[in-house]
Amino acid sequence: MLNNNIDRSKLMDVLWKVHRKKRHIGHDDISKIANQFEMSRMELEGVVTFYHFYHRIPSGKCTIYLNDSIVSELSGRKEVLEAFEDALGIKLGQVTADGRFGLFKTPCIGLSDQEPSCLINLKPFTNLTPEKVYKIIDRLKEGDKIREICDEPETNIRYTPEEDRTVFFKPYTRFSGLSNLHRYSPEEIIELVRESKLTGRGGAFFPTGLKWQFCRQNEADIRYLICNADEGEPGTFKDRVLLQKYPETLIEGMILAGYAIGASVGAIYLRAEYMYLKKRLEALLQDYRNNGCLGKDIKAKQAFDFDIYIHMGAGAYVCGEETALIHSMEGKRGEPSTKEYFPVEKGFKGKPTVVNNVETLCAVPRILNMGLSKYLELGTELTPGTKLLSVSGDCERPGLYEIEWGMKLRDFLKLVGAKNTKFALFNGYAGECLSPIDFDRDISGENMIGDHELFQFKDRDHYSARMSGVGLRAGGSVMIFNEERDVLGTLKNVADFFVHESCGICVPCRTGNFLLNKKIDRIKLGHGEEKDLQEIKEWSKIIKTTSRCGLGKASSNALNDAIFKFPEVFGTVLSENTDFNKAFNLKDATDHYDQIINEMTADYE
Amino acid sequence: MSNLVNIKIDGRPMQAEAGMNLVDVAKQNGIYIPTLCYFKELNPLATCRICTVKINGRETTGCTVAVSEGMDIEVNTAELLDNRKAIIEMLYAEGNHFCPSCEKSGNCDMQNLGYDMGITVTRYPHVFSDKIVDFNPKRMIMESNRCILCKRCVEEVKTKDGKDVFSFVQRGVKTRVHIDYEQEAKLSEAEALHAMNICPVGAILVKGMIQEQPFGERKYDLLGKDILPQVKEDLLRATEDGKFIVATTSLAGCFGCHMSLLDIDTDLLDVLEIVEFNKSPLTDIKKFSKQCHIGLVEGGCANSENVEVLREFRKKCDILVGFGECAIMGGIPAMRNFVSLKECLEEAYINGVTTEVGADVIPNHEDIPKLLNNVYPCNEVVKIDYYIPGCPPNAQHIWKVVKSILLGEEFSIAHDEFKYD
Repeated sequence: MLNNNIDRSKLMDVLWKVHRKKRHIGHDDISKIANQFEMSRMELEGVVTFYHFYHRIPSGKCTIYLNDSIVSELSGRKEVLEAFEDALGIKLGQVTADGRFGLFKTPCIGLSDQEPSCLINLKPFTNLTPEKVYKIIDRLKEGDKIREICDEPETNIRYTPEEDRTVFFKPYTRFSGLSNLHRYSPEEIIELVRESKLTGRGGAFFPTGLKWQFCRQNEADIRYLICNADEGEPGTFKDRVLLQKYPETLIEGMILAGYAIGASVGAIYLRAEYMYLKKRLEALLQDYRNNGCLGKDIKAKQAFDFDIYIHMGAGAYVCGEETALIHSMEGKRGEPSTKEYFPVEKGFKGKPTVVNNVETLCAVPRILNMGLSKYLELGTELTPGTKLLSVSGDCERPGLYEIEWGMKLRDFLKLVGAKNTKFALFNGYAGECLSPIDFDRDISGENMIGDHELFQFKDRDHYSARMSGVGLRAGGSVMIFNEERDVLGTLKNVADFFVHESCGICVPCRTGNFLLNKKIDRIKLGHGEEKDLQEIKEWSKIIKTTSRCGLGKASSNALNDAIFKFPEVFGTVLSENTDFNKAFNLKDATDHYDQIINEMTADYE
Repeated sequence: MSNLVNIKIDGRPMQAEAGMNLVDVAKQNGIYIPTLCYFKELNPLATCRICTVKINGRETTGCTVAVSEGMDIEVNTAELLDNRKAIIEMLYAEGNHFCPSCEKSGNCDMQNLGYDMGITVTRYPHVFSDKIVDFNPKRMIMESNRCILCKRCVEEVKTKDGKDVFSFVQRGVKTRVHIDYEQEAKLSEAEALHAMNICPVGAILVKGMIQEQPFGERKYDLLGKDILPQVKEDLLRATEDGKFIVATTSLAGCFGCHMSLLDIDTDLLDVLEIVEFNKSPLTDIKKFSKQCHIGLVEGGCANSENVEVLREFRKKCDILVGFGECAIMGGIPAMRNFVSLKECLEEAYINGVTTEVGADVIPNHEDIPKLLNNVYPCNEVVKIDYYIPGCPPNAQHIWKVVKSILLGEEFSIAHDEFKYD
């Protein structure tokens, strides 16, 4: 029988401990850990291989992860990669013969405003140039400590509204949010959050107050609050900046949320890419503990127990999906659940659980402190307050922007100094691909239109007229591309990302995205025909409507937007439908044979 | 019975017990929601997504839904039917499903769904990724080429001390089911057989127990419904003497499909009333002498000559029909796609047990067609209009299809004529 004393949720911590020491998880480690957690070796193997930061073979004493997101590519990633390869004498994906260095790629690491950047043993190095790369490698070879030579990422807060209209980025007095514990009962806090119309800032925009209420309603001996700090959407770094700049608002937001929903345990699911923030957060948590704000019997209108721990992720975009995140915390593969239950019903360890984004939780003490009526004056009717946007790509001032909801996209682009913008990925790779016909839309939750109406437009003029003023929401990522940038190349990067990050549990997302990616290759190679576009649209729809979680539902958004908005891009590379597949080239299809025969006949001579 | 709820399926109002699984409710009411990964009401897996239905306008999987008051459920809309078909086709394209050589053929859930949905070919290109067949476990063989990652075995098969025998490893398209050897050895014979039986395809096999039933009495051979194939748009016009011109060829195949062609015996005389053969092994006419109405293509493309012949057929025939598994998806010859060409040739001509002692030459001459790196299904080289699956397809079936295409008639394919093997 299974031993109930074994807490699988500690599994990833144990794996990290081994990994930090050995830079891989070896055969014997697998046996030992599987034994410790009473699971089969292969099941553990399945968990380990799910997360791309866990290596099964040595990954080098200094494991270098170079970001391969599109923004990095725009900022000179190619030269930086060449410098790494040259300085180390290895190719991407390899480890040096002496085992000192390993060079790998990884999706966006949350430093898009200071690209190209990399992580070395999960410590950040930003604004890389070939010269800087040579210098870093020299110093590492000389034996300098990584933590001594790494960079502290810039917070790059570029814009906030006037101070009395700012929510997030203004001075904060530690513990000030906790006074609300004495002022309000849990129910009153939920009511206030509901009235504030705060919605999930990770990008799903589910009403936060409602979620809390559902969770509190469910009878249980224990409830959990999880902060989703697995900020994986390429181009997003707002949570990183919040954690760097005002981590106390997060902790106080969590305490308030824990109090409101009746949770006794809180967890911060921190993405592995932000490992460098862990120590500081832990020190801060300890400080709160020392002050009696965490732990047993926290003083409040109704005293309560609540503590927070940090759970480290290990590299999997899909874990930003709340049910996948919960599975990951339980020491399992980060696969999304079947959605029979919501986490507020059966979540972490089968108990009612609330999962909230960093920004959502940080907003709570700010809103309570500034007062509901003041907060509701900001922004728009349906989306009061402000929004944090992480801006990267082709603009003069990449960085973090706190704007009031309701700003016109056109004004926002002016604000960030974007010139000659050709397109923008709004809400990251999973969001919309915007072109100038979208510029009259507002960044807000007003006048939203449904999916069924999208993709129904006759042409771009029709679209532009209808979409003026239509709301546009983002979890946080805005990537801007100017006229020189290649739409197809960007779409290819997006498609590669989703193939890499699909968890593989459901057919349409696993296989569909892979097949769509092949279609893009086909078009990029000039083999595309008009019918390929039609097929892309049909296949995307199938993937969108049948996938298990948001990853599959969103993966083809940008591609389909781009097909509609940039017919000229596709028009030039597509030929008319023919009966002969252009991708099949007899010469290429027989090159192995030619080579074999050439080698063989060369032997005789 | 106070807990009855009112629901609607495809517009038909009905009552059901609250909280019952939708797939089962539909079944009770004579509505079939196809499923593949689903095999137990408790703990639905929802990995295959084939049972996707619309509830109050939103897509979700039927197997995870507990019915509740007022649900308006759509099951058989054109869009949903096509989604299901598309997913099965994705699985065929993703895996390496060679029905003619599979032990589970005829007892395979996925194959049966393919028949039911009338899938003659996948709309997706075949991936042909190299997957491992693991013979190491004590009792079982894990045939990853056929695995569809339904997760049944992962969830269902455990040792007595509660450990997993099967596990998912890796992520995304690289995800595979692997067997834990140590745990597998603990399973009893009956448990191992259970694992094989719950596998909806032929991925889990028990050594020595693979042909559990006598060959020829297979679960899905006679079940299921007959299907109407798609109707073509343009009618063909016969020549002045009232005949249609037909050409046939065998590319990388075994000529078995052509042998099957002749199996209609004396009916062939009727066929000759309306058909005149042009280029074909049946007439031994080597070169096209005129434009043909229909070209029947057996076999996929394994060498440069196959490609040239196929392209010529495309030019000279108004309608191309691929018949037999090899033409449709490469078939048995495509099994070499997982071995490098060099290894194939060396095995055949140098290292193989049947080669002459001292042989060290791989035949090569400018007159010998060059082998392609891979074997290609015909539709990855040229456009193919119709497909007749089977290994070989049944003779009556082939002629029925050809005749119907020529005369523009609608017809229904009997379930027991429609085979992938």
